[in-house]
Amino acid sequence: MTGPDTSTRSPAARDAPAVSDERVREIGALQAFLSRPEFGSLSGAILVFLLFGLVAGDSGMFSAEGIVNWATVAAFLGIIAVGAALLMIGGEFDLSIGSMIGFAGMMLAIPALYWHWPLWTAALFTFALCAALGLLNGYLVIRTALPSFIVTLAFYFILRGLSLALSTMLTGKTILSNNEGLALRDLASGDPLFSALFSGHVLTRFFDAMSSFGWIAGKDGGGALAVGVPKVIVWWLVITAIGGFVLARTRAGNWILAVGGDASAAKNTGVPVARVKITLFVVTALCSGLFAVLQVADAGSAAADRGLQKEFEAIIAAVIGGCLLAGGYGSVVGASIGALIFGVVQIGIGYTSIDNNWYRVFLGGMLLAAVLFNTFVRKRVALGGR
Amino acid sequence: MSVDYILELDNISKYFGGVIALNGVTLRLRRGEVHCLLGDNGAGKSTLIKTLAGVHRPDEGVYRVDGRPVAFASPRDALDLGIATVYQDLALVPLMSIARNFFMGREPQRKVLGTLRVMDHRLAGRTAVDKLAEMGIHVRDANQIVGTMSGGEKQCLAIARAIHFGARVLILDEPTAALGVKQSVNVLKLVRRARDQGISVILITHNVNHAYPVGDTFTLLNRGRSLGTYAKHEVARDQVVDMMAGGAEMKALMAEVEGTQASCTAC
Repeated sequence: MTGPDTSTRSPAARDAPAVSDERVREIGALQAFLSRPEFGSLSGAILVFLLFGLVAGDSGMFSAEGIVNWATVAAFLGIIAVGAALLMIGGEFDLSIGSMIGFAGMMLAIPALYWHWPLWTAALFTFALCAALGLLNGYLVIRTALPSFIVTLAFYFILRGLSLALSTMLTGKTILSNNEGLALRDLASGDPLFSALFSGHVLTRFFDAMSSFGWIAGKDGGGALAVGVPKVIVWWLVITAIGGFVLARTRAGNWILAVGGDASAAKNTGVPVARVKITLFVVTALCSGLFAVLQVADAGSAAADRGLQKEFEAIIAAVIGGCLLAGGYGSVVGASIGALIFGVVQIGIGYTSIDNNWYRVFLGGMLLAAVLFNTFVRKRVALGGR
Repeated sequence: MSVDYILELDNISKYFGGVIALNGVTLRLRRGEVHCLLGDNGAGKSTLIKTLAGVHRPDEGVYRVDGRPVAFASPRDALDLGIATVYQDLALVPLMSIARNFFMGREPQRKVLGTLRVMDHRLAGRTAVDKLAEMGIHVRDANQIVGTMSGGEKQCLAIARAIHFGARVLILDEPTAALGVKQSVNVLKLVRRARDQGISVILITHNVNHAYPVGDTFTLLNRGRSLGTYAKHEVARDQVVDMMAGGAEMKALMAEVEGTQASCTAC
């Protein structure tokens, strides 16, 4: 990617600094606000909340259980969206995210149920496997110089096929929840380390207290109807915070922006391009692994077809969040807000009288609008054209 | 040796298979001078600067820095000796801010909470703005996206960055090639300013009008050979044009154009 051909720019653009200081500052503030990569997703989220507030405001969508409901969906997607966004800002794609989720889930369940590994060991194994696969993805992309689109498309098929083939071969099943009296759900609650990290809720007492004050709905036998904040939401917030911090505040963040913006310029100034990109593939794969582990803990089962289309949802969330498909520009927080939009729409539609099938139509429309908006922002604001 | 040369290429030849890219070229850069390297496309300018920058190793001849022979394994070695090359692509990322570009690959860091190392954006921004101001480029905001800068400003940013990171020798590859008249003048002013700071400059160009005002010395390349090095007082602008490949053809063309115009007005 090269810079715009400045010699062909309109005279107006070149004359811009000539206006008085006062006006420059005014435009600067507005531009700064508009050119924030999160602007699109933030306005999208506000729009979606307004929409559902009007259509489904009194349906229970915004009660404690309703909020936990759509926030959980958003949190799962948000975790992989953060990985996908960082990778996209670094100039690459990973289409194997969804297949990786299915594969990682099986690689957690099989050792735990059939090889009698402690669950925390199986989880460690899953993460190690995901990291290795991310490394392989990244290494192949760097070494072959092929587009990551093609390399990870290969793994999209390889990993999905492996999930089905391996689980059939080793267990004779493709959905695993128990074996020989062992149940994943019991293993999860019986493993203190695993359950502390991945299963259950936080702030349960706080929720109970809120229900005893009558602020949120309670169950008949006491306690809140919404048990607490699921741990997946905590993970989502933590990972978004870390990802956003790394991108905006650290040397690694500068390197990610540089390799995505112009890999050869980055290389010429001493940025370790290969190392940065491979690390991003590993991070994305680890996010998929975390998704899988949390999902298995949540559902009490693993299935070889889990994570279908999640790679597209993650990429769409990143694009809605302001990431440019070409790389070099975007926001982790924006991608998380993109995931939030997903959660609100996907679950919110069920609270309205609208047919569920409109969800996909809405998503496609949202994606198109986001891409058009990003292109507009990049051309008109970030690059100063008028 | 009485003259203080910072860089010397002595009888350098470089072959790519059967192609003789450089044929016994000698180039001496005095400390603190602006040395213009002139030549048409295919004259060997690119091979020569890549040899200077440590990208190519000469097949024959000696390359000396500060009087000592060197054999660079990579551009990194040349950079370590303070020889910085600003190529035409400038190694800038248009979507990143001035400060982020200025420190790309060499980000200043500070510690927060005792252990966490973060990029020192404030220092980066202040340094970038100050260094650009020293070069006569005044930017309002270090967070301005580089893509919004003019071509001349980008060129100046790349040069200021090279100087800040310790360049003693600046090799500028056609810095004015894509620029308009006014922006070219700004870049050439910057070249003078760099020289005034004691930096030695090799300026590659095929535009004599740009080379002549700022250059102290001129070396002409043609088809892999040096046509000689001339100090400014030894040679007039028109002579330089004549010596450059294409100078004679250009004159012939001008004569032809004027001739046809004359015949047209006649008919």
